[in-house]
Amino acid sequence: MTAVLEKEPAVKPGLIDPRQFRSSLSDALRKLDPRVMWRNPVMFIVEVGAVFTTVLSIADPSVLAWTITVWLWLTVLFANLAEAVAEGRGKAQAAALRAVKQDTVAYLRDGRELPASQLTLGDIVIVEAGQIIPGDGDVVEGIASVDESAITGESAPVIRESGGDRSAVTGGTKVLSDRIVVRITQKPGESFVDRMIALVEGANRQKTPNEIALNILLAALTLIFLLAVVTLQPLAIFAKAYQTAAPDTAAIDAHGVTGIVLVSLLVCLIPTTIGALLSAIGIAGMDRLVQRNVLAMSGRAVEAAGDVSTLLLDKTGTITVGDRQATAFVPAKGVDLEDLAGAARLASLADETPEGRSIVALAGGEQGPMRGATFVPFTAQTRMSGVDIGDRQIRKGAATAVMRWAGKPDVAIDEIVDRISSEGGTPLVVADSDRLLGVIHLKDVVKPGMRARFDEMRRMGIRTVMITGDNPRTAAAIAEEAGVDDFLAEATPEDKLAYIRKEQRGGRLVAMTGDGTNDAPALAQADVGVAMNTGTSAAKEAGNMVDLDSDPTKLIEIVEIGKQLLITRGALTTFSIANDIAKYFAIIPAMFAAVYPGLDTLNIMRLHSPGSAILSAVVFNALVIVVLIPLALRGVRYRPSSASKLLSRNLLIYGLGGVVAPFLGIKLIDLFVQLIPGI
Amino acid sequence: MAGWLFVLSLAAAIVAVYKPFGDHLYRVVTGTRHSAVERGVYRLVGVDAGAGQSWGVYARSVLAFSAVSLLVLYLLLRVQDRLWLSLGMPAVDSHIAWNTAVSFVTNTNWQAYSGESTMGHLAQMAGLAVQNFVSAAVGIAVAVALVRGFAAREAGTLGNFWVDLTRITLRVLLPVCAVATLVFMVGGVVQNLSGGTDVTTLTGGTQHITGGPVASQEAIKELGTNGGGFYNANSAHPFENPTTWTNWVQLFLILLIPFSMPRLFGRMVGQNRQGYAIAAVMALLAVGSIALTVAFEIHGAGTVPEAVGTAMEGKETRYGVTNSAVFAAITTLTSTGAVNSFHDSYTALGGMMPMLNMMLGEVAPGGVGSGLYGMLILAVITVFVAGLMVGRTPEYLGKKIGARQMKLASLYFLVTPALVLAGTAAAFATGNAATALNTGPHALSEVLYAFTSAANNNGSAFAGITVNTPWWDTALGLAMLFGRFLPLILVLALAGSLAAQRPVPESAGTLPTHRPLFVGMVAGVTIVLVALTFLPALALGPLAEGLS
Repeated sequence: MTAVLEKEPAVKPGLIDPRQFRSSLSDALRKLDPRVMWRNPVMFIVEVGAVFTTVLSIADPSVLAWTITVWLWLTVLFANLAEAVAEGRGKAQAAALRAVKQDTVAYLRDGRELPASQLTLGDIVIVEAGQIIPGDGDVVEGIASVDESAITGESAPVIRESGGDRSAVTGGTKVLSDRIVVRITQKPGESFVDRMIALVEGANRQKTPNEIALNILLAALTLIFLLAVVTLQPLAIFAKAYQTAAPDTAAIDAHGVTGIVLVSLLVCLIPTTIGALLSAIGIAGMDRLVQRNVLAMSGRAVEAAGDVSTLLLDKTGTITVGDRQATAFVPAKGVDLEDLAGAARLASLADETPEGRSIVALAGGEQGPMRGATFVPFTAQTRMSGVDIGDRQIRKGAATAVMRWAGKPDVAIDEIVDRISSEGGTPLVVADSDRLLGVIHLKDVVKPGMRARFDEMRRMGIRTVMITGDNPRTAAAIAEEAGVDDFLAEATPEDKLAYIRKEQRGGRLVAMTGDGTNDAPALAQADVGVAMNTGTSAAKEAGNMVDLDSDPTKLIEIVEIGKQLLITRGALTTFSIANDIAKYFAIIPAMFAAVYPGLDTLNIMRLHSPGSAILSAVVFNALVIVVLIPLALRGVRYRPSSASKLLSRNLLIYGLGGVVAPFLGIKLIDLFVQLIPGI
Repeated sequence: MAGWLFVLSLAAAIVAVYKPFGDHLYRVVTGTRHSAVERGVYRLVGVDAGAGQSWGVYARSVLAFSAVSLLVLYLLLRVQDRLWLSLGMPAVDSHIAWNTAVSFVTNTNWQAYSGESTMGHLAQMAGLAVQNFVSAAVGIAVAVALVRGFAAREAGTLGNFWVDLTRITLRVLLPVCAVATLVFMVGGVVQNLSGGTDVTTLTGGTQHITGGPVASQEAIKELGTNGGGFYNANSAHPFENPTTWTNWVQLFLILLIPFSMPRLFGRMVGQNRQGYAIAAVMALLAVGSIALTVAFEIHGAGTVPEAVGTAMEGKETRYGVTNSAVFAAITTLTSTGAVNSFHDSYTALGGMMPMLNMMLGEVAPGGVGSGLYGMLILAVITVFVAGLMVGRTPEYLGKKIGARQMKLASLYFLVTPALVLAGTAAAFATGNAATALNTGPHALSEVLYAFTSAANNNGSAFAGITVNTPWWDTALGLAMLFGRFLPLILVLALAGSLAAQRPVPESAGTLPTHRPLFVGMVAGVTIVLVALTFLPALALGPLAEGLS
């Protein structure tokens, strides 16, 4: 497990900041507007019910009527609050991103000066040292070091230059040195940050496909319960007329069940819990992505991430450390291992490349310059590096180059070099003046913990595929070591695209990461395409997510976030539906036991009175929303495992828990509620 | 003891035929060869037997066929007095003819008439019996189309309705009925074209005893889960169901196709275990329901049952309490509606069970075809709710359950409760419930039962209400019509949307839909989402009566 994987999110999930809470509260009140409520059919029905009971309470006031009315309004308010809190957290994060973009002045090449927000696609702007880049774009001229910490949190500056794969710059980042000319590639209001903000703001949020499907089910359930409650009235009137001796109660009289109680029954039966939390769950899912510095272009992509069954992972930087590491010294015949290691160490002391450092680490000793020594750096021409100490000249480098330099080919060394190559390693030959000392075995090192991670993926039903430019033999060796399911060797962008298409034809969803312009077609074809922020704008345009940290390993986390989002939705839906059982047992005897005393048998919770039973059910129904807000925001705990294990675990907690919890909760509330005079 | 033997041997027989009969159904609907008779039928109807139909065309074919059936049956009943074998019966009243035509075309067999005093032999044979066959075949065909939707890979068609209809009738229903007719005749069920015999009874009065082609009609009445009896007394009549063992055969025939359909499903989707899982859900609900019904009747609450030790009122002594209660449960767990006892006379809770069975949507195992498609809709809804809990957007058998699928499935399970509840409420609100002979909760049960039976296409009656009034004939007729064809169209639309999809291959991340956990979940969803919807209404009817 690398440090990146364990990185703490910027905002602790589930945490609600008191100041933010106050603004959420006023947002929640504003959302009571029926035009806004209409978007959520379940809660809209509750609001209509609350209005209705308010009218009834004014016409015929009683403690019970008013208490129920207040709790119905609270139910609506709690639902709005859940959404407002989720939005607030998302907005806080998005605002931090957006803050840096505001007040930026764009200096166009034609001499005009514009606020950054008025830039249009294709504008050419000049950014000099100390200035903020006004929008997303490509460097068309010049080279500069850029501080991208505003969006990535990484303090080390990065180089951006025209042409090639490092030409993309992001709006809001700061040029530290030099001067670049940038062509703006974003339409106003459509930058990644803008789109991300739209995804976490409830009002304009597009519902995701699965959310729409779930909303249909919830609307159907609401409709069916509405029907069950409305059609109950003629039957209740008939029953009351038949039992002439039955006394009128708070729940039923000659006109049938009272409006207050009918609305209470309806609100308790319709799936208010999930209806209230559904949009908060969606927003919080997006928010969890932002916390991990991933910007998604659409909610659809996040959902698709949960469904991914094939992950294409670049070998370098994702599966392997990315830099070759020295793993062994192989001395030539008649040379001591000590001598070889010592020479290799000396040659690498001043070599600050990861390879050089790994050689020193393997030989034992501290990195650092040595007095009286002259470092000979690596060049593309010499293809070796080394050190001159007095008259000793030590060199390490590509086999052919070093041997030519030493002036004598060696068959034994050649054999070692060939063996290392065939094992997928890279040989570095070490020579001390004209003496060939031996070979350093450099190897692509698989990141620690990757194997376990891939096993985990396999248990989740996800195939991992390693993409590499290596030859098939080397690729096979590394694939075997890393434990991936498949590999694509000597992969060209066309190969990647073909592989994705092949998987998709089999009905599988594919996720991949990429950064180069040549990755763009594959990124566009993949169901989840995560572009690296350091990549070209073509790549970012083609993908549906951007990782600001440019960490390809993030793909695995994105899949987990997608799954967690769906699980949270399913768990709370199950919980909400399971809750109904107890509510029937609370309300039905309360409504009708006065007419048919035998129905009191159904009052298995032994609730105090019809009034207290109905009120307790309504109060429970409202409070459970509040209790579950943190869960909706944080997401259900997710540990990668097989579908059947996940199902049994979640069904036990949220299904069985959903059946049992309201029996206890309603009974408990009843113990308090019965103390209110007039109930 | 005898009761136990009866039930256990019946269960054993159904288990024994699950595979062979299900495999036979599979071969019938997937075979590529057409017999000479079938080719003749296709030429007559003018269809290309090799051409597949999109869901829309399939649905239009079903509707067109049913509309013609409805019209022909209505006309036949209206002019039966002018045709042969009318036995002197007059033409059937228009509202009863409409109600009866709808009833038989929708596989309901609600009978607002008394068979022996309304229908001549021709109306029975050429009208009612024909619809018993084809309405059953329509149900099976639609279920097969849905299964094809699950099994297909990016297909635009669901098979050919006319081929399905013809083959199911000729290769499944007719042969089994031929054998069953002979068995019933051996058992003492009458089979003749007699106009009836007048006899002088022991007390000196005269009685007209009607004969007729009863055995042949009895066979399809049960096999096609139709339930419309030749006589008003239905399977309680000694000419329809003389002995305990013919009673056993009747129940076997009722369960034969509905319980074999999951096998067909498993075979067609290429995973027999999926079929077992669906059969298991059906069996779980059925066994629970039968056990409760029997228990309520045997330990019947109420003054008389407690005095005599059990609830014998309304039951035939030749069957006894257990066999009657089992029949009542099975006839309502399927969409049959045949009765061998008087459900209205059951104990309050015992009488609630048949109602509850129908309210579940008749899915355990349900009517021929309709049971399977009803159960698959419930499985789809279960997959949607529970499937999310494994961290993927829901899929069933590799087919994604998205917004469109959910819209169709949700509408499906809205239809029948809406018809039942709206109908019952309307009967009370308009005062038509007053035709009930009883008062109080029992009257409510009678009205609720009538609409539940009609909307679910069951056809059994609690009786106790005078339903052959224009209001009742129209209201129940509409309930039957909408209760049959709206779900059927929705099922075909769902089949179409599933067939067009490319299946997602199964992996460790896929929700397993063949394990006991899933079986339990579907049963749970059925009870919580479907049955509990009716709890408020039941509370004022059977529960109020039974818990007092």
